[in-house]
Amino acid sequence: MNLNYTAEEESFRAEVRAFFEAELPADIRSKVRLGRRMHKDDLVRWQKILHRRGWGAGMWPRRYGGADWSVVEQHIFDEEGAAAGAPPQIPFALRMVAPVLMSFATAAQQNYFLPRIISGEDWWCQGYSEPGSGSDLASLRTSAVREGAHYRVNGQKTWNTLGQYADWIFCLVRTSSDARPQQGISFLLIDMKSSGITVRPIITIDGEHEINDIFFDNVQVPVENLVGEENKGWTYAKFLLSHERTNNAGIGNCKRALQRLKEIATGQLHNGRPLIEDSRFRDRIAQVELELMALEITNLRVLSAVSTESRAPGPEVSLLKIKGSEIIQQLAELQMHALGHDALPYLREALEVDWVPAPLLADHYAAFAPPLTGQYFNYRKTTIYAGSTEIQKNIISKLILGL
Amino acid sequence: MDFRLTEEQLALQETLRRFIAKDYDFERRRSLARSPLGYSAQAWAQYADLGLLGLPYPEEFGGLGGSGVDIMVVMELVGQGLLLEPYLSTVVLCGGLLRDAAARAIKEALLPQIAAGRLQIALAAYEAAGRYELAHVASRAVRDAKGWRLTGRKSVVLDAPSADYFLLSARSSGNRTDAEGISLFLVRRDAPGLTLQAYPTQSGGRAADLHLQDVPIDDDAVIGAPGRALPVIERAVDQGIAALCAEAVGIVTALNEATLNYLKTRKQFGTVIGSFQALQHRMADMFIAAEQTRSMAIIAAIQAAGDEPAARRRAISGAKAYIGRAARFVGQQAVQLHGAMGVVDELNVSHYFKRLTMIDMTFGDADHHLARFSDALRVEALGAAS
Repeated sequence: MNLNYTAEEESFRAEVRAFFEAELPADIRSKVRLGRRMHKDDLVRWQKILHRRGWGAGMWPRRYGGADWSVVEQHIFDEEGAAAGAPPQIPFALRMVAPVLMSFATAAQQNYFLPRIISGEDWWCQGYSEPGSGSDLASLRTSAVREGAHYRVNGQKTWNTLGQYADWIFCLVRTSSDARPQQGISFLLIDMKSSGITVRPIITIDGEHEINDIFFDNVQVPVENLVGEENKGWTYAKFLLSHERTNNAGIGNCKRALQRLKEIATGQLHNGRPLIEDSRFRDRIAQVELELMALEITNLRVLSAVSTESRAPGPEVSLLKIKGSEIIQQLAELQMHALGHDALPYLREALEVDWVPAPLLADHYAAFAPPLTGQYFNYRKTTIYAGSTEIQKNIISKLILGL
Repeated sequence: MDFRLTEEQLALQETLRRFIAKDYDFERRRSLARSPLGYSAQAWAQYADLGLLGLPYPEEFGGLGGSGVDIMVVMELVGQGLLLEPYLSTVVLCGGLLRDAAARAIKEALLPQIAAGRLQIALAAYEAAGRYELAHVASRAVRDAKGWRLTGRKSVVLDAPSADYFLLSARSSGNRTDAEGISLFLVRRDAPGLTLQAYPTQSGGRAADLHLQDVPIDDDAVIGAPGRALPVIERAVDQGIAALCAEAVGIVTALNEATLNYLKTRKQFGTVIGSFQALQHRMADMFIAAEQTRSMAIIAAIQAAGDEPAARRRAISGAKAYIGRAARFVGQQAVQLHGAMGVVDELNVSHYFKRLTMIDMTFGDADHHLARFSDALRVEALGAAS
């Protein structure tokens, strides 16, 4: 047992660091560092740069254009990316639909979709939740009725993230109501340009447009866009969820937030002294840092076990999701608290990269404050989405503990 | 990066598991805790035969050249079996300190004796007024014609009643909280002027308060450089803390196993209580705490031997602070979920809980180590900003 990186891993780290240094565009880096609003073209531009380097999807197998990274290599990449101020790669295509396609799709589907995903050509979003089906996803009602060479899709998906940018949506739809709810679900790929699709923004607690309702009104979907077998979609959905959650520890993102928190607490003053000298506040940072230290190792232990045993991630990833989401929430909360009364102003325009602070605004406001309060509110989502903490505990108690 | 145990470590684990199942079940352990000696002399001899008592020493001193991870493997089983023998005091703390800091002649004289199970040493480093601060040393070492004379008191010296020697800190110069001026002495149990007030501990072990009045010490019984002993003691205690963290992992694992088993068998309202979601979620939280505890113990085991004091302290204090809280949570909840069965003496759950609690109270509790970790964080953050 050891925690050292091998010489090869160290040289990989140097290579990654040099790459970020040379290739990460300064405007994107500064948006990430300052927490400014990201736009679609920022994320797509970065994905294309990564793809040119062969790192568009590091963990994917080589035959699909990936780099066959080990969990440790992925960890190094995430860590360096976070330190450099690289934006996260949006997971819906790379980490969610792609593994499903690799395992269950036809060769024709793989050959068409996977290259377009890794190159950043297609933006994907997820059609899972419905107004009546959140944690109880299997009760979903969006229907797909087979009519010759097409399915006719009707219904509503909600809590859809960044669908306003999407070229494609992968959807769970009901193709049968005969048996148990889980047995009548299919996994369908739908072109967002299809007629009958309406995207309606949902403004979230922080005033931003990140999520949507999506309405399907007699949308025609070619049958060749069915993944795997009809009525087997629930199996694919569960497979997808376990892959999705492997990154939910979000160690790199947490490390960046912790670093930023320390900078803020050092820069903000309390009675004229750096806030970090206040031991009551500092101890709260210390406690979150300890959780993160432990989670970093737990994350590597879990993922290493998964990769040495060459199996799909199992229910143990629920632990990573629970802890990772709690830690990022605590960090966001402390970042906001570090601001003191600077947490109060709500300046929407301050989230744009070209924002010029009004002359009477205090200097330190501009340096730290603009994104932090909104981010605190926004991050309340992390213990709710992708299987709420309570659902994850159900999974642990049922599948790991056997209760 | 590799989280697997070696073949040898797995074998060691298996040997200890079998030993506990066969020779050290809970009833045996209870009667040992009540016996005059407080542990099993026979078990101690078995540990020597298995090589456990020389595990962390170089082969030239009768040891096996083991690592911090080897100690972690042993201590996890010490926790699971609630073993009472003075392994931590003699092998990890004092033997480890001698290995790292003593003159060759002392190592040659003592380490093989420890490895053979013929010698026990206890660390006398804490004083009442210092609480958990090792630098707080009011006991005095005064030079005389033949060597030194020691006068003072030492508090709660673990495993003192059975020790043949003490490694004892006393101040040879400076004021009572100075980092400089602390010396370390190898003191014979039967030294004139040394008296012990012995007592059992809450978790079934033995300890004593020491009183020293003009205890004569030869020059060759000074360990390391006079006046410079604090870093040596701190390093040994850090290794002791890593060992305690591993012991806590063993206990947390055992408590979770026992609690889960109870949830699956205890029936109320016509069904097993493990079918209730409030209890399922509590158990899930205990599972998570156990995994996080194990990760921290791994960090501690690997960093404990580090030469760089700041990095070592960060890892060790971080682990002790984290585990203090996480283990308290698991211990308290294990008792809670066992209902009244959790607070009876005849079930092992209460004994595990007491040991976990005492681990938190040994060598600095969670608050003490959180403060140390937090102070290091302050220095780092202000350093990065300037």
